[in-house]
Amino acid sequence: MTQPRAVQSVPVVELEAVSRTYPGFPPVKAVRSTDLVVNEGDYVSVVGPSGSGKSTLLHLLGCLDRPTDGTYRLRGIDVGKLPDGKRTALRGREIGFVFQSFHLLSHRTVLDNVVTGMLYNRTPRRQRIPQATEALERVGLGHRMGFTPMKLSGGERQRVAVARAVAPGPSLLLCDEPTGNLDTATTDSLLDLFDELRADGLTLIVITHNEAVSLRADRRISIIDGVLAEVDT
Amino acid sequence: MTDKRIVRSRFSFRDLVAEAGVGMLARPGRTVLTVLGTVLGIAALVSTLGLAKTAGNQIVTRFDALAATSVTVENRAQGFSQPGTQQESHIPWDAEDRLIRLNGVVAAGTQSLVDTSNQLVKSVPINDPLGQSEYSIDVYAASPGLFNAIGATLTTGRFYDEGHNERQEPVAILGPGAARRLNVSRVDQQPAIFIGDTTLVVVGILNDTKREPVLLDAIIIPNNTARHLFNLQAPAEVQIRTEIGAAQLIGQQSAIALSPNDPSLLRVTVPPEPKAVKEQVASDVNTLFLVLGGVALLVGAIGIANVTLVSVLERVGEIGLRRAVGATRRHIAAQFLAESAAMGLIGGLIGASIGVLVIVAVSATRQWTPVLDPWVPLAAPLVGAATGLIAGLYPSWRAASLEPIDALRTGT
Repeated sequence: MTQPRAVQSVPVVELEAVSRTYPGFPPVKAVRSTDLVVNEGDYVSVVGPSGSGKSTLLHLLGCLDRPTDGTYRLRGIDVGKLPDGKRTALRGREIGFVFQSFHLLSHRTVLDNVVTGMLYNRTPRRQRIPQATEALERVGLGHRMGFTPMKLSGGERQRVAVARAVAPGPSLLLCDEPTGNLDTATTDSLLDLFDELRADGLTLIVITHNEAVSLRADRRISIIDGVLAEVDT
Repeated sequence: MTDKRIVRSRFSFRDLVAEAGVGMLARPGRTVLTVLGTVLGIAALVSTLGLAKTAGNQIVTRFDALAATSVTVENRAQGFSQPGTQQESHIPWDAEDRLIRLNGVVAAGTQSLVDTSNQLVKSVPINDPLGQSEYSIDVYAASPGLFNAIGATLTTGRFYDEGHNERQEPVAILGPGAARRLNVSRVDQQPAIFIGDTTLVVVGILNDTKREPVLLDAIIIPNNTARHLFNLQAPAEVQIRTEIGAAQLIGQQSAIALSPNDPSLLRVTVPPEPKAVKEQVASDVNTLFLVLGGVALLVGAIGIANVTLVSVLERVGEIGLRRAVGATRRHIAAQFLAESAAMGLIGGLIGASIGVLVIVAVSATRQWTPVLDPWVPLAAPLVGAATGLIAGLYPSWRAASLEPIDALRTGT
């Protein structure tokens, strides 16, 4: 890594009175004045019903959207003030995404898909294949590297997506309904993988409407009508 | 300054080429169909350019062989001369010998209209009160080399030679028109014709000439015979046939050879510079063909634009993912532009090859020499790439302007 990691004491995610309002008649307050701190190594689940503002929170945390009010600091960097290009660069380096619908390139091999995660964030070319291979072996897909995603099961596809997200070494793994398209058995297996990643020191935020999934996290946060609340475990 | 800690995203040229290449190869069938339009357009352009050049060159070659080797030398007109009074000529009797020594002269001969005092010509001294038997026919004196110089051919008999000329023999060659009027069709019986009271023996009848068609209706006699019988003072003009490409040079040299004391007394007519003629013909043919090729290319460009746009709409999810992993709008635009430009480039390469093959095939069937400017097949792939690039502008702008949130939500 050419860039030194930020100091340990800086939280990974720091929301200060963040809200996101969509213009309209009447304006929709998807996320209301929210404070949240996620420290390095935290495993946080955000749980809430449909329309509760989960997706908006994910977009905000993932630097895909800007808060209308408040301050969001990702590793101490104020994201709200960044222009689009820098926000994109920050996203590419610091955040790994895992989506419900996987978003794999169906015509490319598993290895290529994982390499795609390192294409834009200045990972040196000669490091990409070794890092991708390492990530795939970590998720247990070392034997599937030459396959295309179309030949994989749903669980395997989501593991490829996880490998793609963790291969560049992000500060935060942001998972949006990662088990939404998986059956119970593969869900458990994926959650075991999350536990392993967590044990390796990765910071995870898992957004889900599934109680069983959210129960596996250390911290549980519920979101209802755009209001976040810590759930005691 | 928090911004300093953020390193901008990068998408190296090598990665760009690789991603565009894979993007194209991911759907080989579609890529082939997309490229087809450009292939046709470029092939049309290249082959029309080449065929226009080839055909133009062909026209010029035929034209050249006839006219580009003809040089005529005359006396420069010096004021107005009365009919019947012979103007002083500066062309010597041995013009043929002087010119044939010049390198590049194939044949040369003098040609002079003979003043016969308007005597009528007849073939047999028969008085037929009903039919016309006497005609007014031009008589020309010519040195023996003239026949070769003007590309004359015979129907029957022979040309007179230097021997006839030296001996001042009363022999004549008839042009086909004159022969028909005088009713002479065979020379094996040595038919006689009469110019007034002067008798001439017909030794040959012309079939055709490549130049000087005036001789086709005339009686042609040797120079010395004309001097002896009709008091011809001097040759009037000289016809020269040169090697191909030598006409300009011979034009300069012949006046000096014929009139060393004052070449300016002679007027030399040489064919126009062949290059000028060639360019004229080629540009006429080119314009129409180029328009057709341009239309074909435009259709190809629209094809690429269409397919790239469809491809953008299909790959919304991929675009969203790339934005999520750090690709900027510019990187997305670059990728789609590179794909469309690459398709244009491939179309241009294939099209140029097909175009060259078409030129060679057409030339082979017509037995032409294929001619093609070397820059055409070299520029064609670039034109194809430029076409693809322009065609990709709008689709890649669409791709770049997608919001990552929307792209991730709608795309799969």
